[in-house]
Amino acid sequence: MLPILNDGGCGSGGGCGTSGGCGCQGPSPDSGELTEAEFLRSRRDFVQKASTIALGAISLTILPATSTESADEPSSGGLSDTPTYGFLVDTEKCVGTGKCLSACRVENNVPEGNARTWVERYIHYKDGTVQVDTVPETGYSESETAAAIDSDKVDRAYFVPKLCNQCEDAPCNQVCPTHASITSPEGIELVDPETCIGCAYCVQACPYGIRFINHETNNADKCTWCYHRIKREETPACVEACPTGARMFGRIDDPNSEISKRIAAVPTRVLKEHLGTHPKLHYIALDGEVI
Amino acid sequence: MEGTSFIFPNDGHPAWSFMIVLYPYITGLVAGAFVVSALYHVFHREELKPVAKLALVTSFCCCAFATLPLLLHLRHPERCLQVMITPSKTSAIAGFGFIYNTYMLVLVVEIWLVFRPAIVERALTRGGIVGWAYWIAALGVTKISDRARAVDDWLIRVLAIVGIPIACVLHGYVGFLFGAIKSNPWWSTSLMPIIFLISAIVSGIAALILLYLFICARRGVTADPACVSALGRYLWLFLVLAVTLEGLELLQMAYEAGGEWEVLSTLLTEHLAVSYGIIQVLIGSVVPLVLLLSAFGRRLPPRLISTLCAFSSLLVLIQVLAMRWNVVIGGQLFSKSFRGFIDYTPEWLGREGLLVGIVILCLPWITLWIASKLVPIWPETPETT
Repeated sequence: MLPILNDGGCGSGGGCGTSGGCGCQGPSPDSGELTEAEFLRSRRDFVQKASTIALGAISLTILPATSTESADEPSSGGLSDTPTYGFLVDTEKCVGTGKCLSACRVENNVPEGNARTWVERYIHYKDGTVQVDTVPETGYSESETAAAIDSDKVDRAYFVPKLCNQCEDAPCNQVCPTHASITSPEGIELVDPETCIGCAYCVQACPYGIRFINHETNNADKCTWCYHRIKREETPACVEACPTGARMFGRIDDPNSEISKRIAAVPTRVLKEHLGTHPKLHYIALDGEVI
Repeated sequence: MEGTSFIFPNDGHPAWSFMIVLYPYITGLVAGAFVVSALYHVFHREELKPVAKLALVTSFCCCAFATLPLLLHLRHPERCLQVMITPSKTSAIAGFGFIYNTYMLVLVVEIWLVFRPAIVERALTRGGIVGWAYWIAALGVTKISDRARAVDDWLIRVLAIVGIPIACVLHGYVGFLFGAIKSNPWWSTSLMPIIFLISAIVSGIAALILLYLFICARRGVTADPACVSALGRYLWLFLVLAVTLEGLELLQMAYEAGGEWEVLSTLLTEHLAVSYGIIQVLIGSVVPLVLLLSAFGRRLPPRLISTLCAFSSLLVLIQVLAMRWNVVIGGQLFSKSFRGFIDYTPEWLGREGLLVGIVILCLPWITLWIASKLVPIWPETPETT
């Protein structure tokens, strides 16, 4: 059995608690669907073979940049058999419970000191200063809540969940020297744990600070929108844990999906748009102060 | 807008450590030393003849250890060959293996051709295993006719010509590694490869001046004044270029005063004040520029010129190391939130510690000393001593 991605697969709190029984590594119960591990294995085999050919041609590398090129043709219903996913965060709904954070850490075995997702709290004071911090995984204590802050001095305050933007033109993928950073057919950026050399170039290239070197696996690590879960047609752990529905996940190639309807109905923004990374993570009511 | 400090959760520690400072520093010495050797072999700068062989072998000795800091940095060094087995055509790092090996090949062949007469001579005069080793090194060819020597000289010139762009690419691409990272405003500038390249040449010349004067002093011979003077003038010229480019880059950032300038100006004035303002600019650039200029402005005794050049070279080598530090570490001292900074003090021990770094910096010179026992590298005693 191949080791699962850095995201750790099923954590103790996120499902079966074993590596083989949940379907996130083993053969997919639905024939024709690739699991995360199978996808990586087939991807790796392809890269190895292609590289052999390329080396034979004196380093004329002919490797494809990403696997998204093999996306299926649209079916008769107008939708591709291979879905394209998007993520929508409604900052007006987030109240900073921190439940998404602990759910992510448990689901993906994220080591202490790093985070695949976090929630920023912005407090704009009337004197023009802005206080920014991150929501604790256990949520704020009474002394830390916005209510404890002198409301007369506060102009406005809000929470902004951060996670991987799953950029269409991902800088992290571009700079990876060994094809360890790969794009799944669904447009999810993944890390191949058997090819990553741990150079951290992708960590430097990610404009959103999402990637880190996992000191337990010595590989690059990142939010995968819980790829192992969405392959089982479940939502990411943070979405499931959010009590207010601030995090929305779904197919953005389907105009009838909830997320597509919501994006069409209200204005949304993406982070660091000027960098041209074309994130698939959208925000509702994103303040200009947020970077 | 003013406010409290805030860094992203994954920005707490620099992902690239002191080893990534050393990597461009050593490859810079590689490129710079090769350029000096090419000035003699290609452009026939006869005044550089005393250091031509030394420059070539210095380039090789540095190149031999250029990958060591990278290997020590990789979290999975055992997978390092993946860079060449499954290279990504969109990654700058993936090009390293191919550029590095091409350069090493050119360098090894050129060095072999340069030292072929000495190798053959030793193969014929030394007995036993040593003689056999030299015979193997000579590839069994122990006769060198004038015509063969002429072909060798032609090949050396061709390889030197070919080697110049490869050496430039080898180091220019190191600058590209940083310059192409659009997420980091301290790195993302198209001037970065050029700045790295020019400072590489500066460091190579400075290292050779120090090496040449040190070797001459150790061997009790007088350094060739024409050679020292020429190297000093080249050092001044390239240092002017390097300082100008570095200054222009900063001036442009400050003048444009884009959204990230606030964090960059804080970085410079508070977090890099010593390593940038004092060490890189003042001690490492202004002082050597003045010293070198004063050395050539008047008719000074050769010994004083040598002393001024040596001291300036030492400062310049520190300047280039500081420049690498300020780029690599400086670019990681602020969070991608652009709202906060982190403190970084390199560890002394450990795989990526200062102690290992010092050992790595010593290895090329130890190798050079060993190489000098095998082939005649040291400059010949000038006729006028």
